[in-house]
Amino acid sequence: MSGVKQTFTGNRALVLEEALIFEIGVTSKCGVDLEPVPETPSMLGDCGAKQAVNLPGLSEPEAMRHYVRLSQKNHSIDAGLYPLGSCTMKHNPRLNEKMARLPGFGDIHPLQPQASVQGALQLMDDLAHWLKTLTGMPEVALSPKAGAHGELCGMMAIRAAIEAKGELDSRKRVLVPESAHGTNPATAALLGFKVDGIPANADGRVDLAAFKEKLQENGGTDVAAIMLTNPNTCGLFERDIIEIADALHAVGGYFYCDGANFNAIVGRVRPGDLGVDAMHINLHKTFSTPHGGGGPGSGPTVLSERLAPFAPLPYVEKSDEGYRLVEDANQTDAPSFGRMVAFHGQMGMFVRALSYMMSHGSDGLRQVAEDAVLNANYVLARLQDVMSAPFNGPCMHEALFDDSFLKDTGIDTLDFAKAMIDEGYHPMTMYFPLVVHGAMLIEPTETESKATLDLFIATMRDLVAGAKAGDLDRFKQAPELAPRRRLDETQAARNPVLRWQAECHEAQAAE
Amino acid sequence: MRYLPLTPADRQSMLATMGAASIDDLFVDVPGAAQRDGLVDLPRHQSEMQVERQLSHMAGKNMTASSVPFFCGAGAYKHHVPATVDHIIQRSEFLTSYTPYQPEITQGTLQYLFEFQTQVCELTGMPVANASMYDGSTAAAEAVLMAHRVTRKSRAVLSGRLHPHYTAVIENLSEMGGFTLAQSACAPAPTNGDELIAMIDDDTSCVVIQNPDFFGNVADFSALAQQVQNKGCLLIAVVPEVMSLGLIKRPGDMGADIVVGEGQSLGNGLNFGGPYVGLFAAREKHIRQMPGRLCGETVDADGNRGFVLTLSTREQHIRRDKATSNICTNSGLCSLAFTAHMTLLGGEGLRQLGQINHARAVQLSQSLGALEGVTLMTSAFFNEFSVRVSRPADAVVNELAEKGVLGGVPAARLLPDAGLDDVLIIAATEVNTEEDIAAYAAAMQEVLS
Amino acid sequence: MSKKFTKDHEWISLDGDVATVGITAYAQEQLGDVVFVEVPEAGQKVAQGDDAAVVESVKAASEVYAPLSGEVVQGNPALEATPELVNQSPDDEGWFFKMTMTDAGELDDLMDEAAYDAFVKELG
Repeated sequence: MSGVKQTFTGNRALVLEEALIFEIGVTSKCGVDLEPVPETPSMLGDCGAKQAVNLPGLSEPEAMRHYVRLSQKNHSIDAGLYPLGSCTMKHNPRLNEKMARLPGFGDIHPLQPQASVQGALQLMDDLAHWLKTLTGMPEVALSPKAGAHGELCGMMAIRAAIEAKGELDSRKRVLVPESAHGTNPATAALLGFKVDGIPANADGRVDLAAFKEKLQENGGTDVAAIMLTNPNTCGLFERDIIEIADALHAVGGYFYCDGANFNAIVGRVRPGDLGVDAMHINLHKTFSTPHGGGGPGSGPTVLSERLAPFAPLPYVEKSDEGYRLVEDANQTDAPSFGRMVAFHGQMGMFVRALSYMMSHGSDGLRQVAEDAVLNANYVLARLQDVMSAPFNGPCMHEALFDDSFLKDTGIDTLDFAKAMIDEGYHPMTMYFPLVVHGAMLIEPTETESKATLDLFIATMRDLVAGAKAGDLDRFKQAPELAPRRRLDETQAARNPVLRWQAECHEAQAAE
Repeated sequence: MRYLPLTPADRQSMLATMGAASIDDLFVDVPGAAQRDGLVDLPRHQSEMQVERQLSHMAGKNMTASSVPFFCGAGAYKHHVPATVDHIIQRSEFLTSYTPYQPEITQGTLQYLFEFQTQVCELTGMPVANASMYDGSTAAAEAVLMAHRVTRKSRAVLSGRLHPHYTAVIENLSEMGGFTLAQSACAPAPTNGDELIAMIDDDTSCVVIQNPDFFGNVADFSALAQQVQNKGCLLIAVVPEVMSLGLIKRPGDMGADIVVGEGQSLGNGLNFGGPYVGLFAAREKHIRQMPGRLCGETVDADGNRGFVLTLSTREQHIRRDKATSNICTNSGLCSLAFTAHMTLLGGEGLRQLGQINHARAVQLSQSLGALEGVTLMTSAFFNEFSVRVSRPADAVVNELAEKGVLGGVPAARLLPDAGLDDVLIIAATEVNTEEDIAAYAAAMQEVLS
Repeated sequence: MSKKFTKDHEWISLDGDVATVGITAYAQEQLGDVVFVEVPEAGQKVAQGDDAAVVESVKAASEVYAPLSGEVVQGNPALEATPELVNQSPDDEGWFFKMTMTDAGELDDLMDEAAYDAFVKELG
């Protein structure tokens, strides 16, 4: 690395290099004190393994050091702004963690007698009530394990409803805007539907006339559903959404809404009032459950009156005798479409989300949406003179830019993003949505202070100035200060090395 | 409000900057009919103290596994999770970070995923594993879809001894995707799988078995794997209790083509059913048909070793309607808990832990089997077995609970119409003491007399 | 016969009965580093416009369509081990597959080199 002091260890003061556990530990080391094995006959049949699995162990101090050092190489919300559009990287309250770890929630088995877990079923029912009230929908399926899983749930309910009417063979088309998140067409295709793209208008919204034309292509009787995100992936509210829903319902189709952007409207707008039939909610976005480096998520899906009967198993029912879990088809007359996952859903995330909802309350949640929208518009207003926003007018909770402001600089969206890393920021969402060139989608969320935004804005302005002044190195060489420089993703894909192996890696170390 | 940094003065100043009179100006695109002027009908904000009070009260109504002799399994197991593990997953940089799409500033996450993948490979005896799925049941369903893609066929044969929830999830995804399946009869007695071979036809892509099975039976299924492959099908092996892999033969060594499982037993508490962590491992030649995230090794611009998410073109954000799956997340923090716990144990520690589990289960099976009215039905098991009791098992379990023992899961709870009303599935792990076992036997004797 | 081109940036070169199909230099530049190619198997029958192959870079995967109707004779075996041939030699060694034609008339639908160059220029 040019200009940076080289050290013997490769360490740089507080940022430490860390080897793989396979290079540090040995199979016989153990960081857990285990009791002696009681003397009993073996009842393993012919299935006993002859030797231990070849995996290293570490003592507790070594293990702690290993993971703490790894953690130091990660950016996190707790450390700084994460302006990732469509991800809603808001603060993750620690009260949520404390509540989820109450033994009464964390240390109970999903199949112990229901009489012994009435408090857990009550929590699920309370969460369901909050979600239904906030969305204005009569039913909710809690079991989907993540947003994409919730999408699957919503579309499965729609498919089940269509099948119940005997229209599954004719209704094969699902209309999806070109700006949609990749999970939308992936989900539709998985269920055997044919995906038909809807173009956007110059305003970044669904082209209403083009939509109606697409809808009526075969008299409308071949349309199963539309999958819309609202606010959409450009950060804009679909103004014509009620008309879209009405036109769709008139031909017998169903409205699936991707709820990834619910943070912009929670407490102010209810998707049920917009004509939505199914909408998944990302608890790890709008409701603050932690992203955890990629999961676990949770994707409860609200359902309209028409879809409610098909809700998946299990669900919680409340009666005078208490709470009961409906787990099997023979416990209900409703034509549930089946089961999506073992057990009951992401209880750990339910506790966290309810703790958050109760903390904010109806007034706080409305303020969340307002501050989220305010923060995004503030960023838009103070950057749009130097960066290029493709659509006019206010945005919702996220601000979209394209790369035309970088034209003729020799710097692209990727280079710009990598330079942000050296400035201490995680880059914004890049190259999504696909409808603009070199997209940059910025979602600050409501948990960022004005001071943080001001510094972010100033930094972005400085980067733009640098790009326009031809300061190529600042971008092309970036990042220079992160624990790693740009990584060779081509090599990773051409010659995948997906696990550590003694033969290859020891030879590597010897070099 | 403690989570909102903006002050009223901030808001005014920011609105003024953008020339907006009020926040309502920014919601101008929302149709009037959809705007709500008042608050939704839910309680207003509350302090930490108030929230804690209410949720603690709710939690207090539940009987916790640590408070009584506890013997429930059936796909979720109580093990001791070292304090270190829970501490590691609460570090800010793990808890509050995002998917590692910007690898330069997420090497922490990427390295532990690489270690996790390696561990899953070694545990299962398979050459490649992904960075986790939601849970064992969805991993199993995805494995079936993958088998259909690889063989270009559309029918699956399922063992009747799969966890019933896993069967239901596979059925659901199959039916919705236009595939078919058949399932062998369900019975607690072990089988060599001949009935599954007999069910294979020209359109069958895979046979799905579980080891240990739903009733606890363990067996060497190498011969079955061979027969399945001779018929041109893939063998999918489901592992519901990952801790068993410390002591029993690895599914990869027994010839499985795809191995899926539930990793909850390592690092993750019971949590009333979620979040858990799905394991997915396969053969090299099928790598491009694998669902889920994959972390791979590479170098950076300075030649230093680093890690990145790779082979992303299988995934939804690139292939869109031609993706191998619609999955978008892995189980992140749960996989970190898994890998940290496995690292603390090491291979020999895991083996010893497995031996303790097995010994406790053997002791329990002997104590209960000696009672009048209890018949042991499983002759080869890891830490879970089934018994036939002389009264309906659900009544037995409820009465045991009243006596302060959580004695297992009645088979009929998950298989209500299978004639298994008197079958009880019981697990024992390292958390159970000899006192627990004695207490259970005593309580059972009372309940059955 | 000189090379012909499609709007999806494929080239076809005819040698007697057998047509060789690849992607153009412009296409591989747009894709970036090619990491994987899936070629069709010998015997596969295709109609004009059908999906015939897939070419993957790190960030994108693109379909390669059959420019003509016919039957695949062979997929390029070298591309499995060396997908980078598509970047290094798109017009020659990086060919994707060879096929026989069922309707020579379909060739008329395709662009010649001059027309293709003009088409690419317009894409900007």
